[in-house]
Amino acid sequence: MGVEGIGARVVRKEDKRFITGKGRYVDDIKLVGMTHAHFVRSPHAHAKVKGIDSSAALKMPGVIAVLTGQQIVDDKVGNLICGWAITSKDGSPMKMGAWPAMAPETVRFVGQAVAVVIAESKNLARDAAEAVVVNYEELPAVADVQAAIKSGAPQLHPEAPGNQVYDWVIGDEGATDAAFAKAANVVKLDVTNNRLAPNAMEPRAAIADYDAAEEHFTLYTTSQNPHVARLVLSAFYNIAPEHKLRVIAPDVGGGFGSKIFIYPEEMVALWASKKVGRPVKWTGDRTEAFLTDAHGRDHVTHAEMAFDASNKIIGLKVKTYANFGAYMSLFSSSVPTYLYATLLSGQYNIPAIHAEVVGVYTNTTPVDAYRGAGRPEASYLIERLMETAARQLKVDPAQLRRTNFITQFPHQTPVIMAYDTGDFNASLDAAMKAIDYTGFAGRKAKAKADGKLRGIGVSCYIEACGIAPSKAVGSLGAGVGLWESAEVRVNPVGTIEILTGSHSHGQGHETTFCQLVAERLGVPISQVSIVHGDTDKVQFGMGTYGSRSAAVGLTAILKAMEKMESKAKKIAAHALEASEADIVIENGEFKVTGTDKAIALPMVALAAYTAHNLPDGMEPGLKESAFYDPTNFTFPAGTYICELEVDPGTGKTSFVNFVAADDFGRLINPMIVEGQVHGGLVQGIGQALLEHAIYDANGQPVTASFMDYAMPRADDVPSFNLSHTTTLCPGNPLGIKGCGEAGAIGASAAVINAITDAIGKNNLEMPATPDRVWRTIHAA
Amino acid sequence: MYQTTYHRASSVDEAASLFGKSSEAKFLAGGQTLLPVMKQRLASPSDVIDLGKIKELQGVELSGDTLTIKAATIYYDIMTNADVKKAIPAIAHLTSVLGDPAVRHRGTIGGSIANNDPAADFPAALLALGATVKTNKRSIAADDFFKGLFTTALEDGEIITAVSFPVPAKAGYEKMRHPASRFALTGVFVAQTKSGEVRVAATGASQNGVMRVPAIEAALKANWSPSAIDGVTISANGLLADIHGSAEYRANLVKVMAQRAVKAAG
Ligand SMILES: Cc1cc2nc3c(=O)[nH]c(=O)nc-3n(C[C@H](O)[C@H](O)[C@H](O)COP(=O)(O)OP(=O)(O)OC[C@H]3O[C@@H](n4cnc5c(N)ncnc54)[C@H](O)[C@@H]3O)c2cc1C
Repeated sequence: MGVEGIGARVVRKEDKRFITGKGRYVDDIKLVGMTHAHFVRSPHAHAKVKGIDSSAALKMPGVIAVLTGQQIVDDKVGNLICGWAITSKDGSPMKMGAWPAMAPETVRFVGQAVAVVIAESKNLARDAAEAVVVNYEELPAVADVQAAIKSGAPQLHPEAPGNQVYDWVIGDEGATDAAFAKAANVVKLDVTNNRLAPNAMEPRAAIADYDAAEEHFTLYTTSQNPHVARLVLSAFYNIAPEHKLRVIAPDVGGGFGSKIFIYPEEMVALWASKKVGRPVKWTGDRTEAFLTDAHGRDHVTHAEMAFDASNKIIGLKVKTYANFGAYMSLFSSSVPTYLYATLLSGQYNIPAIHAEVVGVYTNTTPVDAYRGAGRPEASYLIERLMETAARQLKVDPAQLRRTNFITQFPHQTPVIMAYDTGDFNASLDAAMKAIDYTGFAGRKAKAKADGKLRGIGVSCYIEACGIAPSKAVGSLGAGVGLWESAEVRVNPVGTIEILTGSHSHGQGHETTFCQLVAERLGVPISQVSIVHGDTDKVQFGMGTYGSRSAAVGLTAILKAMEKMESKAKKIAAHALEASEADIVIENGEFKVTGTDKAIALPMVALAAYTAHNLPDGMEPGLKESAFYDPTNFTFPAGTYICELEVDPGTGKTSFVNFVAADDFGRLINPMIVEGQVHGGLVQGIGQALLEHAIYDANGQPVTASFMDYAMPRADDVPSFNLSHTTTLCPGNPLGIKGCGEAGAIGASAAVINAITDAIGKNNLEMPATPDRVWRTIHAA
Repeated sequence: MYQTTYHRASSVDEAASLFGKSSEAKFLAGGQTLLPVMKQRLASPSDVIDLGKIKELQGVELSGDTLTIKAATIYYDIMTNADVKKAIPAIAHLTSVLGDPAVRHRGTIGGSIANNDPAADFPAALLALGATVKTNKRSIAADDFFKGLFTTALEDGEIITAVSFPVPAKAGYEKMRHPASRFALTGVFVAQTKSGEVRVAATGASQNGVMRVPAIEAALKANWSPSAIDGVTISANGLLADIHGSAEYRANLVKVMAQRAVKAAG
C-alpha cells in the first residue's frame, strides 16, 4: 500500500469545496433568462380534479404560464414507469394504475401536483400558485396497508382491484410446511417496519433548458444516476431522443436512494422549458421533500420460524404486506420482493423458506428504495425472530445464532441468493469481545442498583450488494442491466482523468477512485481527477445505489486501467527497446525489471500522443474504456451489538456502547468506510428510536416538517466502536463487498433487541419512542 | 415569505410609535418563531419592527432579591450570565436545554413569553417563580399573564421590556425534550420562595398551555422531597396528546419531571 494507494486513510479531495461552501449544487446554477416553477399540489389524499381556474394567477405580475395535468397528457408526455416487472403467484403480471406527471383527473396523495406556475421569480411563482383555484371533489382515502386490503376500502386504481398490486411468492411451500410439521418449537412474531422519509440534506431540484434551434434539452438534476434518468426520459417519457438530451447531476447533497428515481418535477420542467421557450428551474423545499420524495420501508409482517430439538432452524414462513403508496415508483416493485425476500435466510442455514409478499396501494407518498432497500426489512425481521427465539427457547442469543450460522461457502439459500464467502463467527466473536459480552450480567446488575434497566442486543446482518449481475436481474424482471462503465484517459502530459458511470453524492468517489490509480501507477492522487455525473462527458453508467460503486464501478475502472496499462507497456517497451513482458510499473515509471532502465509515465503519454515513434500499427493516444458486469451479488455481513439503558420513569433510551464488526471485503479507504458505517448506523438507530412518517386515517401527513419528524442528532447516538473482519469477495478482482448500506441494515434490530432485553418484554414496535417504551414497561 | 417592510427600532418608544403607524405590524425579537411562520406564509405582517437592537431591552440585573432579565436578551446570554447562575441557577439550566445552539443564540425571553407556546420553557419558570412581566405600559403578574395557548395578557402593540424574578430559596427545572423540535414534551419547574411558599408549573402538558400543579405543590409544601410526590396522581384529562406523547404519558412526566426537579433543586 502506498501512502495514497488502496487501504490508505486519504483525506477526501472533495471536502475542500464542500466545507468551504464551494460545492456546486443544482440550485447554485443560474442560467440566462431562467424562469422559476412552483407546483400547485393537492391538499387532499384522494380527490377528483373537477376544474382548474388559472385566470387570476395568469394576471399576476411576472407570471409566464400556468400549465396543467391535462396539458401534459395532451402533449403525450409519458406516464411514470415502474422498471421491474413482478409476476403474482397466479401468473398474472403486477397491476398498475397510470401515474401522469401532473394529475389530470384524480389526485391520490397529499402533495401530488395538479398544475405548475412558471414565473420570473420563485416568489412570484409561489404567489401565483396560491391564486390558482382547483375545484376538488374529495373521495374517501386510505393510508394504512392493512386497512387498504379490507373489503370495502376506498379503491385507488381501477386496474388494481382490492388495491393489490401483486401477491408474490418465493421458496418451497411444501418443504416449508413439512418442516413446520416436524418442528420441536415454533417461534412467531408480528413486526411492523416503520415508514421513513429519506431527508437528504439537499432537497431535490431541476433546471431544464430547451434550445429550440438545436431541438436539444439540457437537464441539471439531483440524480444518483443521470444516465438512467436520460434513458427513462428518452425511452418512456417522450421528452427527447437521447442524443438531444443532456443530463447533468452536479454536486448532489445526499440521496439515500431517493434520488435514483425520475420524478414528475424533472419531467414537467423539461416539458415546460420547451413550452415557454426559456430555462425553467424548480427547487423543492423541505415540505415538498416530505410530501414527494419516495419514502422507504412500510411493511407489516407475520413470520414463523421452526426449530428442531437441537435449536437448529428447519423452516421459515413469512407473510408481508408492503405499502407502495399511491403509485408504483421506478424500482418500488423490486424492493419488497427481490431485495427483501431473497435475504430472508440471513446468516443462517435454513433448509426451507416460504415467503409471500402482497404489494398494496394506499393514498400516501410513493414508497421505493431507501438506504438498504428491502434488506433492512429482511434483516430486522430475521434478527428480531432470532432474539425472540432465544428468549422463548431460553438459550443465549449469541449462541443460538452460532448454532445456526452458515459456515461452508459457497452456500445456496432456498431464496435465490448464493452466498460466496463470509466468516460469521469471526464478526460475532469480534463484536462480543469489543463489547465485553460476558461482563454484561455484572453491568446490568449494577445499572439496576442505580434504577436503570440495562439491555444488550445482537444483530447479525447480511446484505446482497454490488448490484448486480445483469443477466440474473434480467431473468427476475429488471428492465435494465446493472453493469458499470469506465474510461481512463491519460492526457499527453501524463495526468489522468477517470470517467465513471458511478455518481458520488457524498460517498467520496473522487478520493477512493483515485486511490486505485495511485495504487497501480504509483502517481499522486493530485494527478488524477474523477469525471462523473454528465451524460455528455461519460458515455454511459448505471449510477450509485445498492453499495455498488466500489464493487462494480471501481472494478470497471480497474478493467479500463488494465487495458490502458497494457498499451502503455507496449509503448514503454518500444521506447526502452525491451520486451513488453519485462516492463513493470512503479512510482509513476515504466521500468525494465532488473535494470535501471525506465521511462516516466508523462513520457509514455507524450509518446502516445505525438505518435512519432510508436510500435508499428499502433493507434495513437492513450485512452481505454471498459464495461464490467458482475458475476454475482456481493455479501457484506457483520455483527452489531448494542448496550443501552432505559429510564423506567420516562421510557427514554440512552446508549452505553455500540460495536460494529463488519466484513466488507477489501477496504479502499478505511476512513471513508468508517464514515459510511457511522452514517448508516445513525440512520438505523433513527429508524429504531425516532423516525416515522405518519399519516392519519384520511391520508393527511402528520410528520411533514422537522418539528414533527424526528431525525437523529449527534446527541441521540453514541460514539461507535468499529472493527473489520475480512474475507475477500471472490466475485471481483479487488475483493470488494461494499459498505454503503450495512449500518442502516443491521442497526435497528440491535437497538430493539437491546431495549426489549432491558425491559423484559419482547413486543415493541419501531420507533421505540419514550412513550411507547414507557407504556410497554408498565403494560399489564 | 410575503412582502413586508422591515424597521429597526432604536428605542422602545420608537418601536411603539412605529407600531401605531403601520396597518398590521409585528414586533421581531429573535425571529425564531416569527420568521419560520412568515416563511411558511402563515403570517403576513405589513411591517416588521425589530426590537433586537434596542439597548434598553438588553441585559440582566441582580438587585437584592430580584433578578431582572431584559426582554430582548438572548438565551445564550442568560445561560452564561454570572448573576443568573448565582441567583437562580435553575434558569441557567432551563436555558441550556432550550432548543439548539442556533435557537439559543437568537431567541429571547421576551419573544418566548409573548409567543406563549404551550411547550415553551420560560413560561414555566415565570409561573413557578411568581415573576412579574414589565411592559412599556404596566407590570403584570405571571399568574395573570399567560392566558392559554399562544395567548397572553398583552394588548395590541404592548411591548415587554423585562421580566423580574424574585430570587427563590430553591428552584429546579427538568424537561423531557420533544424528540423532533426539542421543545418541552413536558417540563416542570419547582420553586420554594424565601417565604416558604411552594409553586410548581408544568409546560408542554396541558391543552391550555402552562399550568400550576396544585397537587404537587401541596405534597411539596408538606415535605420538600422527591418521594413526597410518589403518592400524587396526575390526571390525564385535559392533557395534550400527539404522536410523541399520549396524555397518560404526559401525566406521568409531570410527576417524574417534578421529582427530578426537586432533586435538582436540592
Ligand atoms: C428549532 C426550534 C427549537 C425550539 N425549541 C424551543 C424549546 O426547546 N423551548 C422553547 O421554549 N422554545 C423553543 N423554540 C422557540 C424559541 O424559544 C423562540 O425563540 C421563541 O418562541 C420566540 O422568541 P424570539 O425572540 O425568537 O421571538 P420572535 O420569533 O421574534 O417573536 C415571537 C413573537 O413574540 C413577539 N415579541 C417578541 N418580542 C416581544 C416583546 N419584547 N414584546 C412583545 N412582543 C414580542 C413577536 O411579535 C412575535 O409575535 C424553538 C424554536 C425553534 C425554531
